[in-house]
Amino acid sequence: MLTYILRRLGAGLLLLAIVTMVTFWIFYVLPRWAGVTPEGMAAMYVGKAPTPEALAATVDRLGLDQPIAVQFYDFVRTLLLGTEYTFGRQTVECAAPCLGYSFTTNTPVLEQILSRLPVTMSLAAGAAVIWVVGGVAVGVLSAVKKGSVFDRLAMSLALVGVSLPIYFTGLLSLAFLVHTWNLFPVPRYVPLTEDPVAWVQVMILPWVTLAFLHAAQYARQTRAGMLETLGEDYIRTARAKGLSERRVIFKHALRPTLTPIVTIFGLDLGLVLGGAILTETTFSLNGVGKYAIDAIVAKDLPVILGVTLMGAFFIVLCNLIVDLLYPVVDPRVRIAK
Amino acid sequence: MRKRTLGFVALGAAASIFLSACGGGNGSDGNGGGEGAGFNAAETAIVNPSDKTGGTLRYAIQSDFDSVDPGNTYYGFSWNFSRYFARTLLAYNPEPGENATDLVPDMAAGMPTPNEDFTEWTVEIQQGLKYEDGTEITAQDIKYGIIRGDFNGGTLVNGPSYFAQKLDADPDFNVYESSDPLGEFDAIETPDDHTLVFHLKESFSEFPNILIMPQTAPVPVDADTGELYQQHVVSSGPYKFDGDYEPGVQLNLVRNEEWDPETDPIRPALPDRIEVEIGVNQDEIDERLVNGELDVDLSGVGVGPAMHSRLASDQSERPNIDNLFSGATRYVNIHIPVIEDVNCRQAIMYAADRDSMHRAWGGELGGDIATNLIPPQIPGSNPESDLYPSEDNKGDLDSAREKLEECGEPDGFETVIAVREGRENDVQTAQALQEALSRVGIEAAVETYPAGDFYGQYAGSQDFVRENNIGLSVSGWIPDWPTGYGFAQAITDGRAIQETGNYNMAELDDPEINELWDRSMQTEDPEERADIYAKIDTLVMEQAAILPVVFDRAMFYRSPELTNVYFQPGYAMYDFMALGVDRG
Repeated sequence: MLTYILRRLGAGLLLLAIVTMVTFWIFYVLPRWAGVTPEGMAAMYVGKAPTPEALAATVDRLGLDQPIAVQFYDFVRTLLLGTEYTFGRQTVECAAPCLGYSFTTNTPVLEQILSRLPVTMSLAAGAAVIWVVGGVAVGVLSAVKKGSVFDRLAMSLALVGVSLPIYFTGLLSLAFLVHTWNLFPVPRYVPLTEDPVAWVQVMILPWVTLAFLHAAQYARQTRAGMLETLGEDYIRTARAKGLSERRVIFKHALRPTLTPIVTIFGLDLGLVLGGAILTETTFSLNGVGKYAIDAIVAKDLPVILGVTLMGAFFIVLCNLIVDLLYPVVDPRVRIAK
Repeated sequence: MRKRTLGFVALGAAASIFLSACGGGNGSDGNGGGEGAGFNAAETAIVNPSDKTGGTLRYAIQSDFDSVDPGNTYYGFSWNFSRYFARTLLAYNPEPGENATDLVPDMAAGMPTPNEDFTEWTVEIQQGLKYEDGTEITAQDIKYGIIRGDFNGGTLVNGPSYFAQKLDADPDFNVYESSDPLGEFDAIETPDDHTLVFHLKESFSEFPNILIMPQTAPVPVDADTGELYQQHVVSSGPYKFDGDYEPGVQLNLVRNEEWDPETDPIRPALPDRIEVEIGVNQDEIDERLVNGELDVDLSGVGVGPAMHSRLASDQSERPNIDNLFSGATRYVNIHIPVIEDVNCRQAIMYAADRDSMHRAWGGELGGDIATNLIPPQIPGSNPESDLYPSEDNKGDLDSAREKLEECGEPDGFETVIAVREGRENDVQTAQALQEALSRVGIEAAVETYPAGDFYGQYAGSQDFVRENNIGLSVSGWIPDWPTGYGFAQAITDGRAIQETGNYNMAELDDPEINELWDRSMQTEDPEERADIYAKIDTLVMEQAAILPVVFDRAMFYRSPELTNVYFQPGYAMYDFMALGVDRG
């Protein structure tokens, strides 16, 4: 078991390294190939009408004229060993894992990500609960009452949920539920630790909006899986043995259906933890996703690298947890001792 | 050119597509539209005058400050807002209407006094000014603020560089590499703790106009942490930071008890607390404004496109709207090196259909038809003058054809109109012009170029313009300070022409105009200067170097819960310092 975990961890680290390299390549190397000079890149981080001196100083400060290999080496070394930065007359230490300072706001990237993580985690956790519980429940019910009015209604709604983009449902709910009918407060994040009630009130719309999209997918997946399983021989055997229908459905049919659900859940949760860009932007939540999109718009390279790494980290982590969960969900895939 | 937050335009437009479907009217919601002070009321009068203190004034913005460090910012709203915590030497007159852009002392004890040829300026500052920690503000602190803002070796990159251009100092001086910056820098002298003497390279009669810039805010030498200083600016004004500034998230201000209202002629400081929520969608901001869930859109560029079209058609909200000059002139450059003959350029002036270009800019609410260069709110502007008049502004085709004969191109010629990608209004202006010019045989192709490099690599690059036959380009200009010099010098003075990054895009280099610019800098009386600027404006029109399109307008929603609201044309937005709230 331990070797299995270690192997998975090793693979995860390798993936992180590859993701870092690719991201670095996209944002540092591609522009050069496209003919952007170091000064051209620096121009993105200085004021409107920069003097050549200011550009040169910025190129120098950010090391944009260094060979790519040197820049990448610096990035990795900084990440693993930390470094020091000079601001004005002050020297600031950035300890490992140091993701550097933002080119545009001059704030430490890691600290910024960590300060925004609670927002994204709040969003992800609440939405995940809603979409898994809601999606699976609807899926099971639909499968059991296949062909009923409920089934048709639920599946149509699921289709709507999958097709409607978040900014549409989000903006609709903002326009009507918040601004027209004043049913919910104007969204402005309140930490859970500060005021749990306000936290729920503010987060409920983003949760539902984000969950709607995912739940739809889970409902359809669960329904399909359940229908397949319910047609299996061993279910007929279970029924023939006189087991209660509830036991048949939840113990014998649902468990194998959950295996693929857990797989996509791991991926989905990892993705959302890496920043739910659309939901966060729509509801003006300052989470990691909002940080990422702002950085992309401003071509703020250290921030882009930072959030990409963070996103990849969460996906790797969630996948690892899912891999470890398989045997619990489905005893058939337990690893041989 | 002061930066407007241009990123908004694109984002706002994208978001507006999403929301336009559900922007149904609910204007009567919240605070009862229809009871406002009247359309454009804040232009000439103070709306809801009040001295009621208390409450929280709520701002929000879609994008962010370029920096809240007063020494490192170039956004108009940021200049306006930073005065809450960073006092400057001078300020705009805190009143609406005609005299709004007159200068008055802020930290200064009186107006600056020049020497005979305007190369040396002396400013006295008040006694008893204090920072938030109670220590006294001295002339040395102000000197330090100025030199760190402009002489920092590229550390603080955002702000304007007027002091570096005008002061008689080594441009390579670096405040962060000097062990004794105050001692080594001698273009500003501080003979005592309350006097500043500025030594300039050349005559500059409008020097007081750059003393309103936030770079003149005091910064204690020991507190200066370069780029990091913006996290917590040491306050000299009525408010101080509550916690750190969090880029992309928020900035909160609370009262600074050390601030003495007796020393401050321009800030009533009514609210107890000021909050800025950063990163809110433009449509969400507009929605909250109209619903009374927010007081001011910090960006100061008016409501987004979705709300604009909604308010434009909703008569009940009219009394809560100010549709005022954004400070900019939108115009078309006629590149002299490409269209060399002045008669050919004048043919373009005659042939242009100003009416259709005006409609491209949104018609009446979008702005006023411009027939001269300097916008109406600036002294010396003469919006009545029109050297190329035509019926209903549709263009004078006969005169245009005559001019074409005179320049030896009776059948017209071919040229290119350069526009910035993604600027819908610019593109439509170019198309309107293209159509109008084709009436006299001038075939102009519209070419779009990336907005970010428009000046650096395309229409502002001399080589590119010549190689690609770019005879026309659509651009606009917002002054850093509201005088003829502040507005038009950079775009019409021959000595301002640059190889690349050129803002005098027409490459107008006229000895008479250049001479007038020099003379204006040696003229003390503002009215005399205004006459000179009017003359320059006419000369530019005669040379047909710039085809003015509109003086554009922005639509502001004035929340009925705001008190002391008036429009400050110097910033082209409400005077933030005056605002209070009364939730009634």
